[in-house]
Amino acid sequence: MFRRQTRFLLLLFVMVAVGPADSWGTSKSGPFHLGRVATPDEIQAWDIDVAPDGEGLPAGRGTVKEGAEVYAEHCASCHGATGVEGPGPALVGGQGTLASEHPVKTAGSYWPYATTLFDYIYRAMPFVAPQSLTSDQVYAVTTWILFENGLVDKDAVLDRETLPKVRMLHRNGFVPDPRPDVN
Amino acid sequence: MDKKTGKPTPAEPEPEVSIYESLIATRPKEPPTRRAFLTGATSLFGAAAVHVLLAPFLGHAANASGDPTRVPGALATEYGRRSPFERAKRLTKPQRSRTPLQDLHGIVTPSALHFERHHNGVPLIDPAKHRLLVHGLVERPLLFTIAELKRFPSTSRLLFVECSGNSGKEWKGPKGKTAQEIHGLTSTSEWAGVRLSTVLAEAGLTPGATWMLAEGSDAAAMTRSLPLDRVLDEALLCYAQNGEPLRPEQGYPLRLLVPGFEGNTCIKWLRRLKLVSSPVMTREETSKYTDLMTDGTARQFTFDMEAKSVITVPSGGQRLKKTGYVEIRGLAWSGRGRVEKVEVSVDGGKNWRTARLQAPILPKCHTRFCLDWRWDGGEAVLQSRCIDETGYRQPTRKELVEIRGTNSYYHYNAIQSWQIDEEGNVRNVQV
Ligand code: HEC
Repeated sequence: MFRRQTRFLLLLFVMVAVGPADSWGTSKSGPFHLGRVATPDEIQAWDIDVAPDGEGLPAGRGTVKEGAEVYAEHCASCHGATGVEGPGPALVGGQGTLASEHPVKTAGSYWPYATTLFDYIYRAMPFVAPQSLTSDQVYAVTTWILFENGLVDKDAVLDRETLPKVRMLHRNGFVPDPRPDVN
Repeated sequence: MDKKTGKPTPAEPEPEVSIYESLIATRPKEPPTRRAFLTGATSLFGAAAVHVLLAPFLGHAANASGDPTRVPGALATEYGRRSPFERAKRLTKPQRSRTPLQDLHGIVTPSALHFERHHNGVPLIDPAKHRLLVHGLVERPLLFTIAELKRFPSTSRLLFVECSGNSGKEWKGPKGKTAQEIHGLTSTSEWAGVRLSTVLAEAGLTPGATWMLAEGSDAAAMTRSLPLDRVLDEALLCYAQNGEPLRPEQGYPLRLLVPGFEGNTCIKWLRRLKLVSSPVMTREETSKYTDLMTDGTARQFTFDMEAKSVITVPSGGQRLKKTGYVEIRGLAWSGRGRVEKVEVSVDGGKNWRTARLQAPILPKCHTRFCLDWRWDGGEAVLQSRCIDETGYRQPTRKELVEIRGTNSYYHYNAIQSWQIDEEGNVRNVQV
């Protein structure tokens, strides 16, 4: 572990201190003068990820009631009328099953961060038309899923301030990799 | 599907794979027909040329089962294909396909048979329009074309990729039938590209950068967070596989390859690398690819694919037709380095013999092992276990389940047992 970290720090040092600042470089390019500097607009167009602290969440907001409408129109056909029926993965339920023989892993029972729900729906759902919803619609349907799982009140309004504060049930349920763990 | 009624017909039975004579080989289901051969031949050439060229082909086809020294053979082709007698194929579901491990030799998986896993289809990407964005905690955010990435100093390595869901159904019992069905989500290729560290240095890391988010440009916009201290040494940005550009299902035109890590981290159709200071906690590193333990906690960021092996011949679904010499063959690998040793048992793990390893024996790469055996016509249980250079020994199923329970789904690397009955039929069992 120590060795790995030292090597990493060393590499980092070389890259930061020597690499780009060596004799060929200006601050506009690296050692090989390849690639071109991306504009803020170009970055913004692709930079859709949302971190647990809310970094990356767009402007917008949504309520449970609005979310129920978005869900019925864009999601229920695959995830079921109440989010448990499928045929797609269940989005609701499973609380209290994780330590049983038949664990049901859903956003409500298993996911550690509410921000992940926003991030995933925003980038990948609805399955047949990913990235077609507005940020308001994604806030709304996220709020609805959290409400159905008993994680927010029925009059909750979620936005970039409130969403990261939602406490998920399995928030402290993840542990780092302890392997090798067998024999 | 029944065409008339529109009702689904009962699932077709899996074709029985047979082993004939003392040679152990999979028999093609049926020899190629003359018509199929001719159609192939005519489409290879323009219609105008056909009258001149067909004559030798007709002779060739008519003699397909005769003496090939008596007729001129087929002419040169621009992009080759395998012999029409060969039928090994991937076993497909819409979002995955499995490598026919039992039909392969050596260690390289032909690109056309490399396993696939995707979460919303294989995108069609024009390489001229594709860009890689490197941004976040860097000195300058950069956009690269594929042509520019190819100008960087290049490198290549033979490496296995394994989906961490490989063999995952076996947590719940001996579910799969064949080596392909159970273990076919792993393949080996020669991957070529540029080192990740070279490209990151071009953008210049800033000191806070400790994690990297990698994102694909498929309809799942697949994303994983990776700790820089674990990936910087070895990770590659690959544009080629087995000498030619990546196959579409392998990430054309660009993919990340982290040697020894679970396949999902090797983001395909790579379009974005964002340097960050902590993991983004994407769906694929929380909801998926985490290992649920019996106490309800879940292990996260279980990146390394631990040592594993599988006997591919004889293996599930095959049949030994004759007693006598059998070369037991298989593949072993470890995400932590080289395969040090493979041991084989023919009596369900009571006695072990050391297998021969075929060169090359490369770190984080499939390694071929073989062992001479005589089948006396009696019942036998064949097993193999891999010991890697860290000293780690592939566990028995009992050892693995004792620690992890059976709810993990991912990272199953227990010893595989194949039972051979007195008729020579080989079946998947757990002992
Ligand atoms: C056409 C079917 C379809 C539609 C419509 C659809 N989904 Fe999905 N959804 C899926 C499938 C299939 C998956 C699993 C994807 C995979 O395998 O990676 C999924 C996965 C998910 C997941 C992750 C589940 C987990 O436990 O990891 C969430 C959350 C989700 N969908 C939310 C939504 C929302 C919200 C909508 C509506 C805006 C929606 N989906 C619309 C098919 C659909």
